[in-house]
Amino acid sequence: MSTAERSWPLWEVFTQGKDGEPHQHAGSVHATDAEHALQNARDVYARRNEAVHLWVVPSAAITASTPEDMGPFFDPANDKAYRHPQFYKVPKGVKVF
Amino acid sequence: MTTMPPVADDSARIAAFEARIAADESIEPKDWMPERYRAQLIRMMSQHAHSEVVGMLPEGNWITRAPSLRRKMILLAKVQDEGGHGLYIYCGTETLGVDRQDLVQQLLDGKAKYSSIFNYPTLSWADMGAIGWLVDGAAIVNQTMLAKASYGPYARAMVRICKEENFHKKQGYEIMATLARGTPAQKAMAQESLNRWWWPSLMMFGPHDKDSSNSDELMRWGIKRKSNDELRQRFINLTVAQVKAIDLTVPDPDLKYNEATGNWETGPIDWDEFWRVVKGNGPCNGERIDARRRAHAEGRWVRDAAVAFAEKQQRDNRETTERQQTWTRLGDGATA
Repeated sequence: MSTAERSWPLWEVFTQGKDGEPHQHAGSVHATDAEHALQNARDVYARRNEAVHLWVVPSAAITASTPEDMGPFFDPANDKAYRHPQFYKVPKGVKVF
Repeated sequence: MTTMPPVADDSARIAAFEARIAADESIEPKDWMPERYRAQLIRMMSQHAHSEVVGMLPEGNWITRAPSLRRKMILLAKVQDEGGHGLYIYCGTETLGVDRQDLVQQLLDGKAKYSSIFNYPTLSWADMGAIGWLVDGAAIVNQTMLAKASYGPYARAMVRICKEENFHKKQGYEIMATLARGTPAQKAMAQESLNRWWWPSLMMFGPHDKDSSNSDELMRWGIKRKSNDELRQRFINLTVAQVKAIDLTVPDPDLKYNEATGNWETGPIDWDEFWRVVKGNGPCNGERIDARRRAHAEGRWVRDAAVAFAEKQQRDNRETTERQQTWTRLGDGATA
């Protein structure tokens, strides 16, 4: 081989299984551009009608929370039990609320 | 964002990591993991990905000679799936910080290992049956276990692959069943193929537990959930009944059923043959790598064209944007 080949950029693939469902992460593909990434994603992740819709996103464009943040970052959700319906008492006489 | 409080040493981290494994938590790419866990996963997953890619070759050999259009379409779809499986697992391996390009290069350089079964030749059409039935059947047993592996990206790739492998196994068994109830020559072809593929299929599960250097560590870290011998036994028990159902014979005079354990027990496996093939001296080791190198070299122009096209698109887009900006400026000037 004359010259070393560069890796193509990495894209994350999200598939929507059925109309109305959310898009879910399926995996990733390498591709030269967005159009190419869509075609590769179709061939790799939707050979059996697993998708009616696809998103491809450059992996480098994704910002994610880090595992180290897991505790502190999500802390604010932990001490607000009153956000859940189980927090509240309903008078005994009420059968169906 | 906060930073992690300093950890005294790695032993505390390893203990925390192993507690997560014990609690059946899924380990994800950005989580801390022992370097040895990472290295073992890279080794195992890249070998698995290479096996999928090399696995296309023995079957690719028969696409142009499939006996009917139906069989040809099925075989094409199956071989395409194997390529897809390779891509899923390469991408899973990349989450551990390696580059797919480097892994592919290791394969092309002949430095990477892959499943030894693909170093056997496909001599008859019946081999397409035997491979789907036995080789993919063995792979399903192994991969069903790996779908519960502790590393999330690997487990998720396995779930996807297992769904697809069932078609592979069924189409293979259908080929064998069709031949087995065909003419005497067709039945003999099926039996001859089973004779050649039976033992290498049992070897796919790797050495006996007592001789398997990696097993303990892989099981301790939840990468593997069952031992080589357990998986092999499960495959044997499933397959013996399938051999009988199509009136073929397992090529093992020592095969016997153990009433007490409910297991089919085989005669001794020829581990000398196994190690000979693993070490590069199987019937087709050289041929497989040559075929991969040739395919990679012959595909070079396609990859180059894809890069050139993407660059041209970017250039065109940039020029269009610049033109529009110029018009906007000119337009602004005219209205001012």
